[in-house]
Order: sequence, then C-alpha cells, then structure tokens
Amino acid sequence: MGIGEVSAWDWLGARLHGLRVWVDARFPMTKLFREHASEYYAPKNFNFWYYFGALALVVLIVQIVSGIFLTMNYKPSADEAFASVEYIMRDVEWGWLIRYIHSTGASAFFVVVYLHMFRGLLYGSYRKPRELIWIFGMLIYLSLMAEAFFGYLLPWGQMSYWGATVIVSLFGAIPYVGEGLAEWVRGDFYISDITLNRFFALHVIALPLALVFLVIAHIMALHEVGSNNPDGIEIKDQKGDDGIHPADGIPFHPYYTVKDTVGFIVFAIIFSAIVFFAPEMGGYFLERANFEPADPLKTPEHIAPVWYFTPFYAVLRTVPDKTFGVILMGLAVILLFFLPWLDRSPVRSIRYKGWMAKTAIGSFAVSFIALGWLGMQPATGVYTNLARFFTVIYFLFFLAMPYYTRWDRTRPLPQRVTWHG
Amino acid sequence: MLAAVPFLASMKPSARAQALGAPVELDVSKLEPGAMIKAEWRGKPVWALRRTPEMLERLAGHDAELRDPASQQAQQPPFARNEYRSVRPEILVVIGVCTHLGCSPLPRLEPGGAELGADWPGGFYCPCHGSKFDLAGRVYRGVPAPLNLLVPPYRFLGESVILIGSDSGTA
Repeated sequence: MGIGEVSAWDWLGARLHGLRVWVDARFPMTKLFREHASEYYAPKNFNFWYYFGALALVVLIVQIVSGIFLTMNYKPSADEAFASVEYIMRDVEWGWLIRYIHSTGASAFFVVVYLHMFRGLLYGSYRKPRELIWIFGMLIYLSLMAEAFFGYLLPWGQMSYWGATVIVSLFGAIPYVGEGLAEWVRGDFYISDITLNRFFALHVIALPLALVFLVIAHIMALHEVGSNNPDGIEIKDQKGDDGIHPADGIPFHPYYTVKDTVGFIVFAIIFSAIVFFAPEMGGYFLERANFEPADPLKTPEHIAPVWYFTPFYAVLRTVPDKTFGVILMGLAVILLFFLPWLDRSPVRSIRYKGWMAKTAIGSFAVSFIALGWLGMQPATGVYTNLARFFTVIYFLFFLAMPYYTRWDRTRPLPQRVTWHG
Repeated sequence: MLAAVPFLASMKPSARAQALGAPVELDVSKLEPGAMIKAEWRGKPVWALRRTPEMLERLAGHDAELRDPASQQAQQPPFARNEYRSVRPEILVVIGVCTHLGCSPLPRLEPGGAELGADWPGGFYCPCHGSKFDLAGRVYRGVPAPLNLLVPPYRFLGESVILIGSDSGTA
C-alpha cells in the first residue's frame, strides 16, 4: 500500500467525520447511538432467554416489509380476495415466497413473543421499577393479537370467515349494547365485503402504526431503567472501577449486537426451513379449511383458531354461559397486566424463589400449553373437563400469587451477577 | 370528542348494507317431509325444515333437558311462540346461526347415532362448541349457547312461498 492510498483513506475518513459533525449539530445521531447502543450498559449474564426481544424486533421488520409487497397484489374485496391470494401464490414472481414469509412470520412472531414474555415471568422482569416496560409489552401483545386476527380474515377462506364470525360475536355477549357494537365492528349484519375492507385498513395501517409506537415506548422505558437479568438484581447498585458504569454491565454494542447476530442466524435457519419445507406446518400455521373460499352458509365441521389463540379459546369454551365465558377469556389476558403488583416476593428471579413459586410457574407453563392443545380439540366431554382443570390452574397462578410469593422461602441474593443456573 | 362522531359513525352499516338486508322469498312446495332447504337472508342461512309427524311427536318428552322449552325468551316473533315454534306445525323456519358465537349448526335430524348418543331425539348440533338444539330449534342445557335458535320474522305468501324478513304488510 503506497503513501498516496493512505492519504486517500484519510481524506475519506475526514469527509465522513465532517459529515457526522454536520449531522450531529442538527440531529442527535451520535448521541442516540451512544445512549441506546455503544454506551447502553446491559448486564453481562444474559442467557439464551434474552435472544427473543431482539428477535421480536426482527420479525416485526420482516412482517412490515413482506406485508408491503403483499399489499401490492392483494385485493381487499369479498369477490376478489381469495383469488388474489391464489394469484400471488401462482402468478406473481416470488409471490409464494413473500406470502409464506408473511404467514410463517405471523406464527414466528407469537413464538418469540411468548418466549420473551415467559423470560419476563422467570426472572421477574416486570417488577418495580419495570412495571411500565411490562405494560407497554402487554399492549404490544394485545395489538399483536388484534393484528393477527384482522390479518387472518384477509385470505377470505372458510377458516378466515368463520373465525372472524366467532370472534366478532364475542362483542354480542356484552349486555344491551353488544349486538349494536358487533354490527358496528362488522359494518354489516354479517361478516361481509365491508368487514373485509375495514379489517384490511386496520391490518395494514392502524395496528402496524400502533405496534411501532408501542415498541419504541417499550424500548425507551427499558433503556431508562436498564435491563433486568437472570439473577434479578440491580447491576446499577455495584459500580465498576470508573465509579460510573455498573461493574456487571457491558456495552450493548458491540457485545450484544454480536450475540444477537448469532441468535438471528440460528433463527433465520429455522425460519427458512419452515418457509421452504413446511410453510403450512401440518395445518398449524395455515389451516386446511382456509384453502376453501369463504362460504357464509356453511360452517366447517371443525373450527379452531390458529395455534397462538387456542389457550384463550379453550378458556372460553369451558364455561357453558356466553357472557361469563367471554369475561373469563378476557380476564385470562387482562390478569397478565397486573403481574407487577401480584408478585410480592422479596426477590425477582426464579433462581432465588422457593418451591412454591417454582411449582406455580411450572404448572402455569404446563396449563398454558395444555390449554393450547385442548383449544384445537373438539369441545366434548373429557376435553372440556380437562380444559376446566387447566383453566383453574391458569387462574390460580395469578390469583394466589400475592400469597404464595409471600409465604415462600427465598434464597439469599448474590451481590454480583452469577454465571450458572 | 364531537369531531370523532363522523369517523365512528362511518363504521356503522351503510345505506347500501341496510338496503341489501331486505326480505327474501323461499318456495317450499317441492320440500319433501323430513327434508330441509336453506335460504340466505342478511348473509345468514335461514332453514326451512318440513317436519314429519314422527318428528313432531319427538318434540315432546325432553322438556327437562331444555333451557327454554316454552319459548319464554324473545327468540321468536309472537306468532311462533308455541310448542312447534312455527306458523304451520310441519314447517320450521329458523335462522341457522348458533346463538353462542354465530357458527352454523349441522343438521343431525335422525334420532340416536354414535356422535350424540342413543337418546338423541334428532335436532341440530353446532360443531364449533358443541351446542345442541332440538327439531324446534330449542337449546339444550349444559351447552354454551344461551338461547333457542332465532325464528326470523316471516309469513306465508299463498300456499307454499315464505317471505323471510317481514311478517306484515305487502312484499
């Protein structure tokens, strides 16, 4: 390398530096990067569970980008919707890939979000002072459910149609105003072209905007108070040699950007394998009945929502009373909002909680999965009784939490973060 | 607050949606005893079932298993508040939409069978959440559906044509 080339690089470096100074005088580019990446100190003991927040962000971007391209060929009308999806699958170049990315992305979103939420449960990430992070997160989860529900009507298949019919009728269970409210949501006396058109608007504009704003609020609140960690202790309490930064903190960039890149590559391998080899996932990601166009006069023999809604669907079906069933299902979701105040344990992390909390969270996880499976089965005898059993456990996890977390015998907390389970 | 009114009101059923909800005619002259046909009114399936004398007999005898055997709830126009829930005993007209969450129940008109047990007297079964109705659209106890199947407003135009969606005036 000659002397002339070195000075060419120097010249380019000086220009780029000049550009950065120019931008920084007008927009806090470097400041934002420092605050949220290169000088955001995260605990050094993040484990496997800490991949899923970053992955949720990746999936959000994947969904937005693939969604934009689907919108270019999709027709939101009852006469054309089903055929336009088939058109995307068969005639649009790479259309099948974009659509399978979007449909697989929907399920992947719930996979990573459920794991991300369970991480919060395990390590008490919702506890003071992180209540708002948790609440923003729950609002993201609610928006995501709405987004998934509106999106599922768009292919206008049998399951799209009857799933939407069932869910919109839930509003009808509200005394007095219910029927009028359901009519207002549908914009018609039944799920029709009008309903499809508005669900499209909500799916491609309203909820994505809400999701993006909520994600920004979620991350801003996180970076204000700092991340929790598997030990559930505050790393800010122990300062390092410089007396400013936490002794157990490391800059998010480059340490966790590198770690998350590894996680992303593994995720991308699994995601691609599903997109290319099993996009329907045996009927779990794309249900078989949805390959038939919507028919308002014929209910499919077996109706089940997509897997990520089945735990709540199972709760709904346990009650032989319409209004109470809807209330119970709503409570199953709403109770999660109150976790920061239901948990009275002196420690955050499951690592230092006693046998009661461990049993509770274990049986909660089992009942959630069991309800998810039962929600896919027909609502008959044994299945209904099993669903009732697991519904009771699901609710006990929350309602008994103020008691068992106080009675439980906890282990002493370490001063510094640890590296083992 | 006031500025939200036009936006919220724009989501109500439009004038066109309301006009499309007009009454429809259904011809039952070719309907065999024991057979059922469907019409579409306001996007919902409306069933007309010509019940056989045996079917009408089987309507009695399971009142104890029903939630509302005497049609006390306002799930039918006054003219159908009788033991058959219909204008003419043999012709049942109901909206084929489950009163639980709006699925369309399946006809299981024959008595017995593996699916619904030996003492099943014939009726309708909802595949979504397992609600059961008898041959007058009356709901059973212990199922999620709270009410009997809805009888729409309807009247006979002459011998065998039913006007669904209106029970008064001219068509």
